[in-house]
Order: sequence, then C-alpha cells, then structure tokens
Amino acid sequence: MPEVNAYKPKIVAFCCNWCSYAGADLAGTNRLNYPADVKIIRVPCSCRVNPMFILRAFQRGADGVILCGCHPGDCHYTTGNYYARRRMTLLFSMLDYLGIEKERTRVEWVSAAEGAKFAATMNDFVSTVAALGENKRLEDLRCKE
Amino acid sequence: MQKIGVFVCWCGSNIAATVDVQAVSDTLAKEPGVVYATNYQYMCSESGQNLIKDAIKQYGLTGVVICSCSPRMHEATFRKAVASVGLNPYMLEVANIREQCSWIHKDKALATEKAITLGRAAIAKVQLNAPLQAGESPVVKRALVIGGGIAGIQTALDIAEAGFEVDIVEKQPTIGGKMAQIDKTFPTLDCAACILTPKMVECSQNDKVHIYSYSEVTSVKGFVGNFTVSIKKKARYVAENKCTGCGECTTKCPMKNVPNEFNLGLDNRRAIYIPFAQAVPKVATIDPNYCNMLKNGKCGLCAKVCTAGAIDYKQQDQVIEERYGAIVVATGYNPIKLDKFEEFDYSLSKDVVTSLELERLMNAAGPTGGTLLRPSDGTHPHTIVFVQCVGSRDTSGCGKPYCSKICCMYTAKHAMLIREKYPDTEVYVFYIDVRTPGKNFDEFYRRAVEQYGVHYIKGMVGKVAPRADGKIMVQASDLLANEQLHIEADMVVLAAAIEPDKSARPLATMLTASMDTNDFFTEAHPKLRPVESPTAGIFLSGVCQGPKDIPETVSQASAAAAKVIGLLVTAKLTTNPCVAHCNELMCNGCSSCERVCPYGAITYVEKEFRMPDRTTQLRRVASVNPAVCQGCGACTVACPSGAMDLNGFSNSQIMAEVDAICQK
Repeated sequence: MPEVNAYKPKIVAFCCNWCSYAGADLAGTNRLNYPADVKIIRVPCSCRVNPMFILRAFQRGADGVILCGCHPGDCHYTTGNYYARRRMTLLFSMLDYLGIEKERTRVEWVSAAEGAKFAATMNDFVSTVAALGENKRLEDLRCKE
Repeated sequence: MQKIGVFVCWCGSNIAATVDVQAVSDTLAKEPGVVYATNYQYMCSESGQNLIKDAIKQYGLTGVVICSCSPRMHEATFRKAVASVGLNPYMLEVANIREQCSWIHKDKALATEKAITLGRAAIAKVQLNAPLQAGESPVVKRALVIGGGIAGIQTALDIAEAGFEVDIVEKQPTIGGKMAQIDKTFPTLDCAACILTPKMVECSQNDKVHIYSYSEVTSVKGFVGNFTVSIKKKARYVAENKCTGCGECTTKCPMKNVPNEFNLGLDNRRAIYIPFAQAVPKVATIDPNYCNMLKNGKCGLCAKVCTAGAIDYKQQDQVIEERYGAIVVATGYNPIKLDKFEEFDYSLSKDVVTSLELERLMNAAGPTGGTLLRPSDGTHPHTIVFVQCVGSRDTSGCGKPYCSKICCMYTAKHAMLIREKYPDTEVYVFYIDVRTPGKNFDEFYRRAVEQYGVHYIKGMVGKVAPRADGKIMVQASDLLANEQLHIEADMVVLAAAIEPDKSARPLATMLTASMDTNDFFTEAHPKLRPVESPTAGIFLSGVCQGPKDIPETVSQASAAAAKVIGLLVTAKLTTNPCVAHCNELMCNGCSSCERVCPYGAITYVEKEFRMPDRTTQLRRVASVNPAVCQGCGACTVACPSGAMDLNGFSNSQIMAEVDAICQK
C-alpha cells in the first residue's frame, strides 16, 4: 500500500544545455517517467556549476544534488566537463567530510541521445537519496520561513 | 523590481492534461514582481504571441516568463515576439513544463506542484535578468566538406553552384566513396558509375571546388562563420600537379601482392596504384607500407618509367590551414566487421562474402570483370543464399541495435540481377522482415519475388558450414512453414550492418558536435532541423547522421548545401550575448580565468583605478573578448575573487533558481 505522506526528497539537477538538458528533453519526448522531485536547472556547460551553487542548495534544504554533462571528450566547449569533474571530485569529498553522504551528490554524463539513461539515472538517484532520508547537515534553519 | 508577466501554455492537451494550468497561473500571479499571469491554449501560435505582445504593451512588462515546452524548442520564437514590441529579448525566460514535467509525470497534483516550482525558479531568474545586446561577427565565404562520397560531392557541387568556394577533404586517394564501389543502384538498376563519375568529374572541373584527396582534418578551431581548420595532406610520393594519370607506373611496379582495398581485398594491386579508372583526382599514390623504395631504398622503378617525372620519394606530409564559414560532415559508413558472427563462418570460407564484396564480384570493373564466380575456385555458383540483418537490429551486443535500412533493397537488387544474368542459379533470401518503404521500392521487391522467382524465406540462418567438397551447408529455419531447412549452397552473401566511419568519433570531438550512442551525428532537431548539428555552423550530410540510401543521401546533401548557402550569404551573424564579463573592481589579475578558457578569449589590460584616497593606481585586470567568448562559464568558477560572471547565467541568477526550487 502506498504511503499517503511518503517522504519526497528535494533534488536539484544541474544539466548542461548541449547534452544533458537535451537528454532530459528526449526523456520527456519519449514519455519516460522519473519522479517529480527532480527539478532541473539549465546551465550552458557543466563547468558553469560553481561549488557555491551546490552548497547553496544544501543550505536551502536540498536532499540531493546531481550534475549532468556531456560525456568526457564530447563537451560542446571541448574541456568544460573535465573541469567540472575535477571540481566536483574535490567538492563531494569535502561534503562527505562535512557529513553529507557521498550518495547525495553525483556527477553523471548523459548525451543528447540518452533520454533513457537520463530517466534511469534520475530514478536511481531519487531512490538512493530517498533511502537516506532528509538532509539535515548544512541546512540553514534561518532560511526556513 | 521588475514587472513580470507569466504566460502558461496548455500546449493543447500536452501540458493541460497533466498540469492544472489555471492553478499554475493563479499561483504564479501571487509571486513577487508578477503583475500579470494568464494561460492560453497555444502560446506559440500567432494569437498566443499577440497575447504576450499586448500584455507587454498594456502592463509595461519588463520581464516575461513563459511556462511551456523546452526552451530548446521555442525560446527563439518567444524572444523574437517580445523583441517585436520593444522588450529586450534576453528579458525572457522559459520554464520547461512539458518535456520536463507534463510528459514525464502522471499524477496531476505532483505535476502541477512541480510546474509551479519551475515557474517560480524562472520568475526568480528573470528578476535578475539584464538587457543584453547581441554583437556581430563576419562570415568567411568558404565552406568545408569533410568526406568525398556522394553526400560530400553533392553538397560541394550545390554550394559551388551558388557561387561560393568549397573544399572537399577526402581521406582516400580519390573521391567517390562507397557509391564508386557499387555496381547497380536500386530501384532503377542504373549503373552507379554512370551517374556518379560525371559528378566526380564536375568536382574536378568546377573552379569553385577544391579537392584535398588523401587528406585528413587534424584540428578545428573557431565558431560559426569563422572556423580555422588544419588539413593534413598525407604524402602520396607523387607530385599531383605533374602526374598525368597514365598508369604506366602501376603496371611496372614489382610489388604485385598488395590487397586491393577498392575491391575489398578480392584481388591485388601494386604498391603504386590508382584506385580505379575513373578516380578523381587521377593521380597515382605510393603505399608506403609496401613500397620497396620507401622501405629499403631499393627499386625506384616507378620513377624510371614516369615520363612526367612526378615520382617524389622525399615528399612529406603537409599541413594546410584554411578558414571557413561553415563545415559539412559527410563521413559516411562502413559495413561492420563480421568476426564476432561465428555462425556464418565469414573468415573461414572465401565463398561467404558480404554484400559489398558481391557488388565488386558483379561489377564489370571488378576482380572478375563482372562475371559472378566463386572467389575460392572461380566456378560459377548455382545456389546462392542471402542472409539479411547480419548485425542489424541485433540487441545481443554483437551487432547494432538499429536497422541499416538499405539491406532489404540491395539484397532484392542482387537477387534480381543474378536471376536475370544467370537464370540457372537458385537464389534464397532469408529475412526477418522485408522493409521496402520508398518510392518504387516495394514494386521493386515484388518484381524480385514474382517476376524473377527469388525464394524469400522468413527465418533465421542458424549455421553456415563449409564442406570439404566446396559446398556450403546452410542450416536455417522457415518460420512460416515451421520447418528446418538444409540448403547446399555455392555461395553465401551476408547483408552486414552498416556503421559510421571510424573517423567520425574523433572528428565529432574536434567539431564539438554531438553524437548518439551508435556514433551517428545528432541533428539539431530530429524533425525540424535534420541537417544541422546542434553546434552552430556544422551541417550533416549522408549516412554520418543515420543509415540512408542514395536518393535520401543526395536530398540530404542538397538540403545541407542550402543551409550552408543560407549561412554564407549572411553578411554578419549576430553573436550570442551570453558571454563572460569581468568586474574590474574585483579582479586582481591572477590569470586563473585565462588558464581555463578554451578559446583564449581572455587577455589582461593595465587599467588606472581611482582609489578612495583620490590617488590613482595601475592594476592588471582581465578583459573578455565577447566575439571570441562562447559563454561556457569555466572562468566564472575558476575566478577566486568572483569577478568573472556570465551574462544570462549569472551567479545570482542561478542561486535565485536554486533558492526557488528548494523553497518550502
């Protein structure tokens, strides 16, 4: 029996305009389901994602943050996703140290043709985060109304 | 504070069926800054656009949020609409509530809630939008076509006809591609060479078309209208301007046992060779892997017989740099390797051939002079079995998941031609489905069955086993009769799946053009922009985009040419104003941004700043060249002082979106 007040995680997904955002659109065009908890923010490239944005999301009560970009070697801007990969490796290990479990953060490469992969990734990520429960770390209670 | 208008689109029932559009517009109307909110059946329609325009005028809107389909779909449409009534087009944001909401969710309450959140994020972003002015950049009036098959040839000729210079880069010593190897073409059965070679000759005679044969693209820099491309002309050890193509050298060269790739290794060529009689350019090429002179410094016979003095053993690879306004990819395909398909014994028996090999065996210019003979013993085959879908529609991992599209038709063609020429030969075709959509295609296939008596059997071939006496045992199942068949065949022809050329993947990386999981180039829109890559200035022609036959390839080639011509006639292109900019007051000139910029768009300038104590100070600060910046935003994150920001995707805008999404 489905729970009436089932826990709904807050998931922020940063998607690069050229691959992953298009991949998300393709998932939509193909009517591939994934939970409504995922909200996508469009950025030109995965390298546009400042670690600050991710900290901000956790500060404001996000339960998980995922960054999607073009496959390594396929970046529209040639090298952007390599920068993103390095930056996120550092950031995520720092977040892990601060008590935000590694499972709450993820980098995934999704091309414009991988609608199915996008939906599968989101389904998997949401269920992983949902299993961890609400994120209490870093959340700034002063931001709550 | 902005005065924001929110426009929620129903998209017929596409959005309205899963999202309560009225609730969305009612809720968003209460957001801070929103002075007007409405919903309408089709926002992209003329009346929908008028609704937006009227509201901008009536309410003096300074920002617009459209909740509709993906911005990749209609952002440009709506930007144009708001610009027509004087609002800066970059004061508009699109909340994607179709592809990323209504189409993927079934629960109306959840979808409506999500649509509201996405709308809120867009409103929060638009609050911080600033008017942006697009710049202008010139267009180099020259096009590059990569690949010299029928797709590349047709594109190049069409571009040249419009009066623009066009270069073809072909990695083989001659243009012509796969079509040059084909014997006859379906469904008219006219000979491929007869319709292709005049076009090849036209390429060499048209002064607007320049052919770089035996050449490869090694690097691509720049952006639409202004690409700089390096082309490596591989050393062919023959001076192109001196060689007359007489072919004397190719008959005198003592290295006789070089597999002839044009005939797919079914016969041999010499170390110095001209791929085929109608090659363009008709210039000999020395194969450095086999030439004795190049390997050991012993021989030099070709230089002795060449009356034109064209042989140059000291020739080096040469790299040419050229600028182009547009690039067309026409890299084509290859049949897949069949070594994974052990059941067909392709590598064990010479008489198990691929369809492309059969083309050469039936071609008058092929190894057998057009007489169909078994490659193993040169005898005439009396029973031939065709196997379709070898590696096509194969999800087992050995082959390709897609349909190669051309195999049904060429197999019908082969079967028909064999029955026509050798009525004593029995022809069996094993198929999963026969797919013959296309003008006059099904009629063609029916002729093969009804008029020529080709045995079409629905079923799979389980095993092909060569016997000691030269016969090939084919074990197959007939699905309609529900029985096992054992056929004693003389030849087996495999319709191997086609795959994109191996050069396509590294090329896509150079062009920053996207590819799908099968290495076919992705088009900007699968239906509405089928010949453009999502990367501006890159166009697609032929099989590099997906399997297609010759008529389709030619139409796509001409379509790509039309798009290229449309680009090249443009005097100036408007550039994307979403570029990085530097807050000079915060910049400390550390060079972090310069190091990560993939385009070299950032330079440093010495600037005088007035200090609070009224003295002036000279400081080194970053300066972004907006014509070169592509707006990736790598620098904005690298900047330790936060001086770098990106127009249209600023730090504060993205943070505002994050806040809006995480609210409540």
